[in-house]
Amino acid sequence: MAPTKVLDPENINENIKNLVYAVRGELYIRASELQKEGKKIIFTNVGNPHALGQKPLTFPRQVMALCQAPFLIDDPNVDLLFPADAIARAKLYLSYTSGGLGAYSDSRGLPGIRQEVCDFLLQRDGYPSDPDLIFLTDGASKGVMQLLNIIVRDKKDGILCPIPQYPLYSATIELVGGTLVPYYLNEENNWGLDIKDLRQQVAAARNKGINVRALVFINPGNPTGQCLSESNLRDLIEFCHNENILMLADEVYQQNIYQDERPFLSAKKVLMDLGLPYSKEVELVSFHTVSKGYWGECGQRGGYFELTNIHPKAVDELYKVASISLSPNVPGQIFVGLMVNPPKPNDISYPRYLQESKSILESLRRRAHIMTDGFNSCRNITCNFTEGAMYSFPKVKLPPAAVAAAKAAGKAPDVFYCIKLLEATGISTVPGSGFGQKEGTFHLRTTILPSEEDMPEVMQMFKKFNDEFMSAYEGDLLTNNHHL
Amino acid sequence: MRRALQAITSNLAASTGQLYRRRLPSVPRTDTLPERLLIHRYFFFSAERSPPITISTINPKVLSCDSAVHGEIVTRAKRLQQILLTKPSDLPFSEVIFCNVDDPQSLGQQPITFFREVLALCDHPELLDKGEVHGLFSLDSITRAKSIMKSIPGRTVGGYSDSKGIRSLRAAIAEGIGIRDGFSGNMEDIFLTDGASSGVHMMMRLMITSDRDGILCPIPHDPLYSASIALQGGALVPYYLNESTGWSLDVNELRLRLEAAFAAGIHVRALVVSNPGNPTGQVLADQNQREIIEFCRDEHLLLLADEVYQENIYTNKKYFTSFRKIARSMGYGEDDFNLVSFHSVSKGYYGECGMRGGYMEVTGLDSRVKQQLYKMASVNLCSNVTGQILMSLVMNPPRVGDGSYAHFTEERDNILSSLDQGSKMCVDAFKKMKGVTCNEVEGGLYLFPSIKLPNAALTAARSNGMEADTFYCRKLLDTTGIVTLPGSGFGQVPGTWHFRMTILPSQQKMAEILSRIADFHMKFMNEYRN
Repeated sequence: MAPTKVLDPENINENIKNLVYAVRGELYIRASELQKEGKKIIFTNVGNPHALGQKPLTFPRQVMALCQAPFLIDDPNVDLLFPADAIARAKLYLSYTSGGLGAYSDSRGLPGIRQEVCDFLLQRDGYPSDPDLIFLTDGASKGVMQLLNIIVRDKKDGILCPIPQYPLYSATIELVGGTLVPYYLNEENNWGLDIKDLRQQVAAARNKGINVRALVFINPGNPTGQCLSESNLRDLIEFCHNENILMLADEVYQQNIYQDERPFLSAKKVLMDLGLPYSKEVELVSFHTVSKGYWGECGQRGGYFELTNIHPKAVDELYKVASISLSPNVPGQIFVGLMVNPPKPNDISYPRYLQESKSILESLRRRAHIMTDGFNSCRNITCNFTEGAMYSFPKVKLPPAAVAAAKAAGKAPDVFYCIKLLEATGISTVPGSGFGQKEGTFHLRTTILPSEEDMPEVMQMFKKFNDEFMSAYEGDLLTNNHHL
Repeated sequence: MRRALQAITSNLAASTGQLYRRRLPSVPRTDTLPERLLIHRYFFFSAERSPPITISTINPKVLSCDSAVHGEIVTRAKRLQQILLTKPSDLPFSEVIFCNVDDPQSLGQQPITFFREVLALCDHPELLDKGEVHGLFSLDSITRAKSIMKSIPGRTVGGYSDSKGIRSLRAAIAEGIGIRDGFSGNMEDIFLTDGASSGVHMMMRLMITSDRDGILCPIPHDPLYSASIALQGGALVPYYLNESTGWSLDVNELRLRLEAAFAAGIHVRALVVSNPGNPTGQVLADQNQREIIEFCRDEHLLLLADEVYQENIYTNKKYFTSFRKIARSMGYGEDDFNLVSFHSVSKGYYGECGMRGGYMEVTGLDSRVKQQLYKMASVNLCSNVTGQILMSLVMNPPRVGDGSYAHFTEERDNILSSLDQGSKMCVDAFKKMKGVTCNEVEGGLYLFPSIKLPNAALTAARSNGMEADTFYCRKLLDTTGIVTLPGSGFGQVPGTWHFRMTILPSQQKMAEILSRIADFHMKFMNEYRN
């Protein structure tokens, strides 16, 4: 019998074939190929701080090591290597579990950790939370997937997403068979929210027979970095209340704030501050993670979401789906606990913790400026300041010859530009088309994560490439004009 | 023979056609509002606003799936646990013992020291530079951790890894597969996942395009399969394992079910085989595996081999052989056989459920399909790195000559012999109970005894609105505090009743558990005798 493939591209799930996740798409694959051939690649395609040299915070890693190897705790020499508060915290977390890190936890996550999340939320927002409405997840992405999976029934269900957006949303909506309804952020107004556009998009979608069920907003923004003001958040909440739309608040970058005019305000706080009827009626799911902030613990896959005003039966269904996978990974859960309950001012480890976290945040702020200024110093590039998150999303004006060359090569213009950038400099970015952008504009996303020492060289390499690219393609135009 | 088979299959199709197509609940659309109603709502804040995500407007596929593992018995058990804390005198037992899930470390099993040493050092690599570390960690765990950290890009467990998993760890796993099977593994076939369950979900998502796509699943089976198929809106095509012959898998039964499904318009795409079986505990003989492989090739099916219990074997008469090894031994190379094999860190002698480590080894698939799998994996970026490291340690444990080898084998063998004894203790005890039959537990972490429930019990169950085995398990829980799961959550031949229990509790605990179950059973059978 001739060997045949059971699965071929014609008979697998169409949604998988249709989805695109540019962050690990064409550019990343090409960058990885070049890396294998020996080229030095600077990966700025994903917000992955530790992979670019950011050091983990010491205290959480000490606690984790002790939790992994509890026999250490009983060893008489343990205090040669671990401070007393790390030992105490490890003991506490182990007591939360039913058998150490290796035992399944409740499908929503260890109750002790969820209580810590509640304490954190109370302190941050001034409002109490219910630990049974907190779900710990293997990273915030898994939580987003769980919610979208439960909300989307078919192609007629629409999810509002900001353009530009982090492609987890577009990819997952495609995967679960829904429809992405775009709303455009205003680049000229610092990537500001435009409620009028939002209203128009919803009306247009409804005219096409789409049920608009939820709205995603990312605050601070990814890839755009803007921080929403209190009035922005109020407008969004009132809008969603009027339109009966569930809010999905992606707040994973809440620790990454690089300006002082708009500190982070959670959607939940603003919702509760608004009082009745909003506080009791607007459905809100808020996401957080240990992967970003000054923690950057991407590899741990720790995160949570909090449910506000979600129907209890829907909560039950979420719990049921979570229980099919039994439980989120326990080390990741412990990282969540450590993040929301870090060392306090009187703790032994506090000074070191404070110094480490401040130095990371201050450095990120400096790098946000270096990068924004660097991009803006290029005559064909404008770049809004990275107010928050980890990215820079400059707009690149491409000359018509470049656009034509891209078309001839069968690539979108920004993909063409980014590939050339990669091949010339080893800098691996993600083209703006991977996030969505206004028709006719081109962007790229890079992270602000290369170390401060490397940053000047990275920006120099970029500028050199950009100058050469522009001369090559503007130069062509001049030469052509001559012949005309 | 063929005509007879056709007659049987068309009968089966008629009677079981209903089984395949999940009838999705009809969903009233309450949330599409024309403009004028919108304005109405804006100006008149009505008290009965219906939130968009009510029970009737959730994805019906989510509603249609069941989770036996966290069903009513477990919910009640947790409530009883609460009562024990506040009013212990209200209950006839002092402890709720969870024998429903194979979660070894929650029942007292200790983790393997070497594995945890390496993980601790990888979590806090600062230790590797300190002299004092030698006083606290074994030398080879330090060496292994250093080598792992050096091989991870960025030398950190805190970064997102390659979406298939860290290359060096996949290489170690492929090497381990090669040592196990005698046929070398390929690291590009390995996808590291957050537990084997994640991999199963991915494959179901990949394969199921409509409710006419069917997956052959054993009865009984782990509820992960029915749930993941329901979530994707596919059709579960059951095939019965034969209880009277030690839960054996008969290829003729497979053929029968496949024909019936085909007659009912279902396109069967894959066959799930669990080896060792969950909850049934049988280990497949090589010849059986060969027949299954030929069947899959003949019928153009993808084989999904759930091999997570491969290191839980308690019989001298059989041993674990991976489906991959059997296929290669039959002369079927990489491209000749479509196979996805699942493994995990949650079972075996390591029992690291909470770490969520696992992999699927994908062989024989079209490279473009594999690319789509990779793309799907990339949306979640990667699985947790600790779990990845642990999986590589499980596939590449201390070997002869390593400093930790002696201690490692002692720990491993103690755990395995304890499990072996536990399985035999359980089977012996159940065999002695009137009306209970129990097959030998050849492997795995569960047993699945069958109970002949008297008619009076069936009637009582019905009047309580429960399946008979749920009724039994509920009474068992209420009387003894022991948590088991009714067979109806796993599938069983209609008219038979079973329950699932783990063999994990320690010998001492197990003796107590079995004695209480025996006691309860006797009283139950007396109370409901005909």
